[in-house]
Amino acid sequence: MIPWLLEGLQCLLTLLLAPGLIGFVRLLKARLQGRRGAPLVQPYRDLAKLLDKERVVSTQASWIFHAAPFVVFASTLVASLLIPLVAAPLPFDRVGDLIVVVYLLLLGSFFLALAGLDTASPFGGMGASREMTIAALAEPTIALAIFGMGAGAGSTNLGEIVARTLAHPGSTLGSGHLMAFAALFIVMLAECGRLPVDNPATHLELTMIHEAMILEYSGPYLALVEWAAQMKFFLFLALLSNLVCPWGVAVALRPGTLGLAVAALVLKLAVLAAGIAVLETRLAKLRLFRVPELLGVSFLLALLAITSSFLVR
Amino acid sequence: MPPSFEVIGFLGIMAVSYIAAAAAALLFEDDRARRVTGLLSAAGALSGMGAAALGLAAGGSSVLELPSALPEAALEFSLDALSAAYLLLIGLVGVPAAIYSLGYGPERAVGAVDGALGRHSTGWRPARAIVPLFLLAMSLVVLANSVFTFLLFWEVMSLASYFLVIGRGDSPENLSAGRWYAGMAHAGFAAIAAALWLAAAGTEAGRFEEIRQAAGMLAPAARHAVFLLALLGFGSKAGVLPLHAWLPRAHPAAPSHVSALMSGVMLKIGMYGLLRVGLDLLGGGPPWWGGLVLALGVVSALGGILSALVENDLKRLLAYSSVENIGIIFIAVGIGLVFQSYGMAGLASMALAAALYHAINHAAFKGLLFLGSGAVLQATGTRNMEEMGGLIKRMPQTALCFLVGSTAIAALPPLNGFASEWMIFQSLLAGAAIPYPLMAAMMAIAAGTLALTGGLAAVCFVKAFGIPFLAMPRTAAAEEAREVPRTMRLGMGLLASACVLLGVLPFAAAPILSRAFFGMPGLSDTPAAFRLGLVMEAGAGASAISPTALALCLLAAGGAIPLAFRLAGSSRALRRAETWGCGRAVQSPRMEYTSTAFAEPLRRVFADLYRPAKTLDIEFHPESKYFVRSIQYQSRIRAWFEDAVYRPLFGLARPLAGTGRLIQSGSLHLYIAYIVAALLALLLLARWM
Amino acid sequence: MALLFSKMWRTGLVTEDLPSGGDEGLHLARVVEERTRRLLGRSLAIREVDAGSCNGCELEISGLNGPVYDCERFGVRFVASPRHADMLLVTGPVTRNMELPLRKTWEATPDPKLVVAVGECARTCGVFAGSYAVVGGVDRVIPVDLFVPGCPPEPLDILRGILKALDRLPRR
Repeated sequence: MIPWLLEGLQCLLTLLLAPGLIGFVRLLKARLQGRRGAPLVQPYRDLAKLLDKERVVSTQASWIFHAAPFVVFASTLVASLLIPLVAAPLPFDRVGDLIVVVYLLLLGSFFLALAGLDTASPFGGMGASREMTIAALAEPTIALAIFGMGAGAGSTNLGEIVARTLAHPGSTLGSGHLMAFAALFIVMLAECGRLPVDNPATHLELTMIHEAMILEYSGPYLALVEWAAQMKFFLFLALLSNLVCPWGVAVALRPGTLGLAVAALVLKLAVLAAGIAVLETRLAKLRLFRVPELLGVSFLLALLAITSSFLVR
Repeated sequence: MPPSFEVIGFLGIMAVSYIAAAAAALLFEDDRARRVTGLLSAAGALSGMGAAALGLAAGGSSVLELPSALPEAALEFSLDALSAAYLLLIGLVGVPAAIYSLGYGPERAVGAVDGALGRHSTGWRPARAIVPLFLLAMSLVVLANSVFTFLLFWEVMSLASYFLVIGRGDSPENLSAGRWYAGMAHAGFAAIAAALWLAAAGTEAGRFEEIRQAAGMLAPAARHAVFLLALLGFGSKAGVLPLHAWLPRAHPAAPSHVSALMSGVMLKIGMYGLLRVGLDLLGGGPPWWGGLVLALGVVSALGGILSALVENDLKRLLAYSSVENIGIIFIAVGIGLVFQSYGMAGLASMALAAALYHAINHAAFKGLLFLGSGAVLQATGTRNMEEMGGLIKRMPQTALCFLVGSTAIAALPPLNGFASEWMIFQSLLAGAAIPYPLMAAMMAIAAGTLALTGGLAAVCFVKAFGIPFLAMPRTAAAEEAREVPRTMRLGMGLLASACVLLGVLPFAAAPILSRAFFGMPGLSDTPAAFRLGLVMEAGAGASAISPTALALCLLAAGGAIPLAFRLAGSSRALRRAETWGCGRAVQSPRMEYTSTAFAEPLRRVFADLYRPAKTLDIEFHPESKYFVRSIQYQSRIRAWFEDAVYRPLFGLARPLAGTGRLIQSGSLHLYIAYIVAALLALLLLARWM
Repeated sequence: MALLFSKMWRTGLVTEDLPSGGDEGLHLARVVEERTRRLLGRSLAIREVDAGSCNGCELEISGLNGPVYDCERFGVRFVASPRHADMLLVTGPVTRNMELPLRKTWEATPDPKLVVAVGECARTCGVFAGSYAVVGGVDRVIPVDLFVPGCPPEPLDILRGILKALDRLPRR
C-alpha cells in the first residue's frame, strides 16, 4: 500500500513543485539582473488565472487542437510515475524505463507539433518544425546516455539504476558518468526550450521555437500546456540530479528517510536551477542553425562517455 | 512429418481462393469483378492465416510434396514455424488490403487530375487478376521447401508485382519505375539463384533438408559466397541501401493496396529469404556476417528516413520510410546473427524475435499508411502533399487511421512501433556485453543511429500527417475531398486496430515471436532472454516495460484531467475566432507552413548529405535594379548517391545490352530456331555426359 | 565572466518603490468588473498594440520591463500573443491601416480582458487629430477601460494606470 502512496506522492510533487521551480529560476534571473522580480508563487497565480479564463479557438482548428493539451499533460504526468524522485524502486518501475520516459515526452511534443500545424498559422508551423527538429537531433545523445548508463547498471529501468548506483557508487560513477551528465544537461536545455537554444521570454515570433507552437492556445488549454512544460523541466532536472547524485533517494521506507528524500530533492533541484539561472544570465541565444553544433557536442560527449566506460571495463 | 489434414485443407482453400479470385477478375464485369475478387482474396489470405496458426501450434515442420515427373523440378512445400510466422504476416496485410480493394475504384478518378488513379482503378482487368496471384506467390515462397520451388515462386512474385507497377503501361513514370524494378529484381534473382544453387551443389534434388545437412561440409569460401550472394539478392528485394533504388520508384507507382502489400509484405519476404538461407540453411556464420547486416541496416535506416524527410510525394515518402524500417529490421537481424556466432543463444533469440516483431509491426502500420495514402489519393486525385490540407475535416475516419499509423511508425508509446524498437534497443544494449570492444562500440553507434532515426521519423510523420490532414485545404481538389467508401475504411480500421493491439498487448504477438525460430541452429528454443507478458522483459528480466499498464495510465490520466478541471470549477467558456496572424486582413492557405518548409531546418542541418541544388533568378526592373519584377527560387535535391552507385553500372551494362540486342531480332522464326538449337545442344550434352 | 557577476553583485537591486498617490490624471473610461479585478489582480499578461503611435509611448513602456520600474514584481508581464493576454496596452491614434488589426487583436483576446489606452494620442489623437490617415481615438474602435494621459506618459504613470485598472494601487 505504501509504495502506491509513494507513487501518488511523486505525481503530486511533480504537479505542485514544477511551477515553483520555474518561479525560482525566474526570480533568480531577476535578481541577477538587478530587478526585484515576481514572487516565487507567480507561476501558480498565472496557472490559476488561466484556468478561469475563456478559451478562444481558431475556426480552422480540428479535434487535434483540443486533444493535444491533454495528451501532453497526461504523458508528462505518467512520466512522473516512472522516475524515482523520492524513493526507489517503486511499483511502477517495471511499467516503463528511461526509454519510455524519453518517448513519452516525445509523444507530447509530437501532438503539440500537430496542434501547431492545425490552426493554419504560419507561426505554429514554424514552431512545430523547429521543435521537432531539435527534438530529433537530441535523440541520439539521449540514446547514448541511456546506453552508457544501462550498460553500467545492467538495466534501463530507472529504479534499478538508482538503486545500483547507491549500492555501488564506486563502480557506476566515473568520468563516463560525468560526461553523460554534461551531455544530458545540454539535451535538457534543448528539450525544455532554455537558453541558449530557445529564449522562453522572447516576444518576437520569428525567434521562437516552443512559444511559436503554442501561440494559439488560451485559457485552460494554455494552462495545461504551460504546466506540462514546467513539469517536463522539473522531471528533466530531477532525472539529471538523481541519476548522477542519487543520495537522498529513499531505499528503505521510513518516514524519516522519506522526509530526507523530499528535502534532498528540493536541494538538488535548487542547485541545478541556480546553475541554469546563472547560465542564462551569461549566455545569449544561439542562431537556430548553430544549435545542431551544440547538440553535436553533446553527442560527442555521450560517445566519449560510452567509450570510456568500455575502456575502463 | 506429413502435414495434418486441416493444414492441407486450409492451404488448399487458400490456393483455390486466390486462383478463383484471379479468374473472377477476368470473367466478370467491372463492379462484380471487384467485389468477387476482393472477397475471394480476403478468404484466401484468411485461410493462409488459419494454416499458419495450426502450423505454429503444432510446432516442427510438416512437408508436402506435389507429384512431378522430374525430381529436380518437383514442387515441395513445408510449413515450419518461420514459414507460419510469415504466412501470418501476409494475411495481416492481405485481408485488410483485399477488403480495402472492394471500394478502391473511384468514380471521380475518371478524368482526375492525376492519371495514376484512372489507370489502375477503373477496371484494367488483368491488374485486378494479378493481385491474388501476387498474394499466392508470396505465400508459396515462404512455404517453399526446395530450391526449384523457391526460385519459381520468387520469380512469379517479382513478375506479378512488376505488372502491377507498370499497370496499363501508358504512363512514362510507371514504365520507368517498372524498368528499374525489373532490372534490379532480376539482378537480385540471379544472385539468389546463384546462392541457392551453390548451396545445393552437392545435393540430389535441392531440398532444403538436404542443403541443411550438406551445409556443414561446404568449404568456408563457398559458405561466405553463398551468404554474400544471398545478402545481395535478398537485400535488393528488401530494399536496403544501396540496393533500394527501385523501391521509391515502384511502390508509389502501384495502386495503393498493392503498395501496401509490396511495402508491408514483399520487403519482409526478402528478410525471410535472408533468415532462411543465412540462419536456417547455412546455420549461421562468423561474426562479420552479422556485423555486415548490422552495418547495412544502420546505413539504410538513416539514409531511408533522411530521404523520406524531404519528400513531398506522400507515397514516395512512405516508400523511403520503408527503406528506413527495413534498415531497423536489418539492425536487429544483424545483432541476432552476431549473438548467434558468439554462441549467445538466448540473446540471439531475443534480437531475432525483435526483428520479426518489428517486421510484423511495420507490416501493420506501413500497410495502414499506404491504404490511407490511397484513400487520400482517391479523394483528392494527387499524391503531392503541397496540394492537400484540411482533410481531417473532410475525411475524419481516414484521418484518425492515418494518425494511428503515423504515431505507431514514429515509435511513440504505447503503440506497436515503440514496443518492437524498445526490444531492438535492448538487444543492442545486451550487445555491450560482447567481449570485443569494436563490436560493443558498434552496438553503441547503432543505438545512437536507431534513436536519431526514431527522432527523424517523428519529424517526418508530423509532416506526413500534419501537412495533408491539418490546417486549410491548399487546392480546390482538397477542398472538395470527401470520405472514402465504407469498405476502404474497414480495411484501414482493421490495420489501425492491429497497430494498437500489437502495441498495447504485446503478449498477443508472443506465441509467434517465441516460436518462430523453433529448431533454428544456435538459437534457444525456450528463450528466457525475453518475455512478452503483461510486462515485457528483455535481457533475462534486467529491463522491463509494460505497454498495457502504460496505455491504461495514459488513458486514466487523460480522462482524469478534464474531470479534475470540472471539479475545480475551471472556466468552460469557448469562443471561436480567426487564427491569430498578427492582425493580417485575410487568412489564406498560402500562409500555411508547407511540406518543404517543414523539412527545411533538417535539410540545412544535413546539407552535406542532401547536397541541394539552388537556383535564384531575379528579374530587375529595366529602369533601376532597386526594383524587382520577379523572383524565382528553385531548390532541388537530387539523389546523388544513386547517381554515384548506379551510373557506372549503367555505363557498364549499356554496351553489353547493345551486344545482346544482336540476337534479339524480334523475329518469331529466329526464336524458334534458338529453342531448337538449345534443345539439340542439351541433348548432345546429356548424351556426352 | 567574473567581471560581469562581480558588477552584478556590487550593483545590487535597483528597483524603485512605487510612490503612492498621483493617480488624479488617470481617466477610468469604464468601471472594471469586480470579477475581472479579482481574477487578474495577481497575474496580468499584457499584449502591447501600436495602433499608429510615434513610438514615444513605446519607449516609456519598454522602461517598465527594465530593472528600475520592474513591472514583473506586480505579476505583470508582456506576452507575444493576444491569446495569452489579459490586457491590451494600446498606443497612438488609430490609423486607418491599424483599425482592422486592432479590432482583430481585441477579438483574439480571451475574456475577461482589459484595454488600457496609453498617451494623449490614444484618447484625442493629439497632434494627429483631423488627419486623413487617422480614424480617431482608441475608443472609436474597441471599448477602453482606462486612459493614461501624457505625451508620452512616464513609466510610473503607465504602471499606475495598469494597477489602477486592477485596483491594486498602493494606499496612502
